[in-house]
Amino acid sequence: MANITDLSLSQIKKELDGNKLSGKEVVLAFKQAYEADQAHKTPLNGYIEFFDDAEKLAEASDARRKNNEARGLEGLPLAIKDNILIQGKIATCGSSILKDFRAPYSSTVVERLKNQGIIPVGRTNMDEFGMGSSCEYSIYGPTRNPMDRNKTPGGSSGGSASVVAGKQAPAALGTETGGSVRLPAAFCGIYGLKPSYGTLSRYGVVAYGSSLDQIGILSRDPDDMALLLEHGVGTDPHDETSAALDFSGVYPLKPKNPKGLKIALPEEFMGEGIDEVIKNKVTAFASWFEKQGATVESIKLPILKSTVAIYYIIAPAEASSNLTRYDGIRYGFRDEKASSLEDLYIKSRSQGFGDEVKRRIFIGNYVLSSGYYDAYYKKAMQVRSILKQEIAKVYENYDLILSPTSPCLPFNLGAKLDDPLAMYLTDICTTFVNLAQIPSLSVPCGTSEEGLPIGIQLIGKQFSEINLLSIAKTWHQEEGLKQ
Amino acid sequence: MKYDVIIGCEVHVQLLTNTKAFCSCENRFGGKPNSRICPVCSGLPGALPVTNQSIIEYAIRAGLAIHCRIPEITKFDRKNYIYPDLPKGYQISQFDMPICEHGYLDVTTSQGTKRIRILRAHLEEDAGKNTHSEDGSGLSFVDLNRCGTPLLEIVSEPDIRSPEEAVAYVQGLKEIMEFTGVSDCNMEEGSLRCDANINLWIYEDDRKYATPIVELKNMNSFKSIRSALDYEVIRQKEEWEEKHITLDQKGKLTRGWHDKSGTTVLQRHKEEAAEYRYFPEPDLRPIKIPKELIESIGRNLPELPEQKRKRYRETLGLSVENAEKLTSSPELASYFEKAIDGYGGDVKKIANWILTEVMAVVNDKKINIKDFAIEATKVQALIKLLDNDVISGKIAKTVFTEMVEKGGDPDQIVKNSGLVQVTDQGEIENVIDQVLKDNPKSVEDYKAGKAQAQGFLMGQVMKLSKGKANPKMASQLLKQKLDAL
Repeated sequence: MANITDLSLSQIKKELDGNKLSGKEVVLAFKQAYEADQAHKTPLNGYIEFFDDAEKLAEASDARRKNNEARGLEGLPLAIKDNILIQGKIATCGSSILKDFRAPYSSTVVERLKNQGIIPVGRTNMDEFGMGSSCEYSIYGPTRNPMDRNKTPGGSSGGSASVVAGKQAPAALGTETGGSVRLPAAFCGIYGLKPSYGTLSRYGVVAYGSSLDQIGILSRDPDDMALLLEHGVGTDPHDETSAALDFSGVYPLKPKNPKGLKIALPEEFMGEGIDEVIKNKVTAFASWFEKQGATVESIKLPILKSTVAIYYIIAPAEASSNLTRYDGIRYGFRDEKASSLEDLYIKSRSQGFGDEVKRRIFIGNYVLSSGYYDAYYKKAMQVRSILKQEIAKVYENYDLILSPTSPCLPFNLGAKLDDPLAMYLTDICTTFVNLAQIPSLSVPCGTSEEGLPIGIQLIGKQFSEINLLSIAKTWHQEEGLKQ
Repeated sequence: MKYDVIIGCEVHVQLLTNTKAFCSCENRFGGKPNSRICPVCSGLPGALPVTNQSIIEYAIRAGLAIHCRIPEITKFDRKNYIYPDLPKGYQISQFDMPICEHGYLDVTTSQGTKRIRILRAHLEEDAGKNTHSEDGSGLSFVDLNRCGTPLLEIVSEPDIRSPEEAVAYVQGLKEIMEFTGVSDCNMEEGSLRCDANINLWIYEDDRKYATPIVELKNMNSFKSIRSALDYEVIRQKEEWEEKHITLDQKGKLTRGWHDKSGTTVLQRHKEEAAEYRYFPEPDLRPIKIPKELIESIGRNLPELPEQKRKRYRETLGLSVENAEKLTSSPELASYFEKAIDGYGGDVKKIANWILTEVMAVVNDKKINIKDFAIEATKVQALIKLLDNDVISGKIAKTVFTEMVEKGGDPDQIVKNSGLVQVTDQGEIENVIDQVLKDNPKSVEDYKAGKAQAQGFLMGQVMKLSKGKANPKMASQLLKQKLDAL
């Protein structure tokens, strides 16, 4: 048998269910991988904390299995981004302001997965409050890309991508607001799924942009995603925006042959601003589809050019409101030297938030202010609704949209740290998916000559994530596993 | 100086739903600080609101009672501001699509009846409460129990023309909210709160000048609403005479009423006005309101106080005053209606009994009529005993006192205590004879023309009969006997 840490989540499930491995052995293997990496001269720094109680939980899980009480996800380890609450665990969002915040309740998705036997093994590093594309804006320092430690893993779920690609966890939960799961998945050479808005409950996920936020999954096999989705979806009485989905029986995925699929390739993501190497990979991926009997057509969708602009209005607007609660009054960081209420707000928030977060709060407050609301927020919301209509029109004629996940290859640590605009532009291909609230799967499609991973996204209509995964499974079996 | 007073009111009423507006915490006043909270209403990271369907129904009920239009779709918005009692840093409220629009309320004052238009009524959540220690430690405390309590904010058009009218308007709203069961409108507990916008239109040099609009806050009773507005009319008049500042020059100000000093104090200038950065609440879906729901709530709307008063006067024949008193609270009206249910006699008797005897006890015990131990049906039974001459009015009071003190049924009490009225002529005559024999001096006085002696003797008759003699018969027989002497 291969190393435990090389196994995907579904492979581990098979080994556990067949009593070939114990839950404790599995957890220990990943723990040792993490500890070994900690000794590296440049550790990946994907985990903020590897949970001390993971082994104990694994023992309890093994006991359950012995009693024939194994559940759907019994004993499976999962890394969790540090903005998804787990009762009793610290959840910092990579921010000083929540450095000591211990969650008094669990997010719905963690609760559901735990009830099925998942063992949360650790919490992963992230750009502060999900704001960033490189996993460098964190009080815990930058996370590194396991494919090349001088590069960023992408962000904001960089920690989750790094631990999965770095074989310190078989799979991880991340979160997306504008591409924060897919971009790091692409940078680290793994799968990254952004489900439709509403597929997974947002209850207990620290809010960034409420109309955009969604839990995503990072793994090395599409089947892992089906497995987690099967147990994670369903209406949540705590989240009005959660959808009434039933994914029972989707695992294991039935591979779907792309034959007869009509695929749209927007020109806007195949022109200027997109790295040639990436464009070539997209063309190659499109050829694979055609070889399978699908048709791929270039389409013009000019509105896609506006999506980064409207994203950087809507997301900060919602963020500015969502982050007001971090005021030093009830929980989180408070400057005890403050002399008045106003001083307390100013000092606590000035020290508690990093620069990028402050930048987005400023932008958000600005675009919502009377006098600017109509020109920015309202206009952005109008463009967003046109975008939704245009995307719906595309799906009248096509089954899928294909596009690069990132316009560029993984970049060096620090390269864009002082250039927020350049950083924002890495989201150019991903934000429209969040704005349109549709699902997208970033598929690892090989590497550049120097070995840097490239991801390409399959984008479907609302709630078609299982379809995306089933198509990806065909690719994974025929091509992905060769890489 | 000729001028008009222009007033508009913003009234907040807390809705009496079982749970809070957006979470499942119990919706009740008080409690140990921060004991009635959850991740949602205390604004913990990651928590999300979920609309309690009851708040929609309560708001529709209230809206229909004040003749509002209920739209097909309504939605929530975030009103952003930072304050320690607001744990999310925004209040979930309604901005441009309120649940109730364009209603009215007819109010009656010494000047007659007038229609005050209502611009809108919208749903929002209440904030918590800050308290500040008075021990010199400088500490402040935040109690979040009230956070998330559902509120309906009812905004009038600036149609009110006097402080008296303003009070009548708020009183009118209060009784409608009480009678529809939407709110208990307890001003002391803050379940009804009123802010008022007031300015003057001054007519001078053939022109109309508007003084700066003042938003008055911190008025916690009808008395303080009246006093604050009265004060503000004079203050604005004097300020105009002194400085001639207009609305265009100064805009809107906020002033707070101080009960102790009896004055209003400047709180905020227009330049300091809050920037609320409203935007649609992304965590909540817009709400479609089915026509059938509005119709069914409309059909089941209870009789409103004005309709009740009219019926009490016109159908039941009560006086204006008693009709008014009996509708001063839904509980009292309901008590009265239960007491007259199935009663064949003159309901005025029951009305009087409730307003005097029952209310005396209720007021004395400082309780709400709904907590009064004696059921309304027993009051009816007591009055029936009076009607049928089984007991006298005086005995009725004795029986009632016993009912209050020990409980029980009036018929039973009368029977057990032998309080049945004596209507036997012979028996009464025996008593009178005894009284006349025992009081020769008074008899002399009577004969000498002192009429009040008869009253004294009558008293003695009742006393000797232990109040049981039928007073009417006793009085007649006494006179006959005296005159025959």
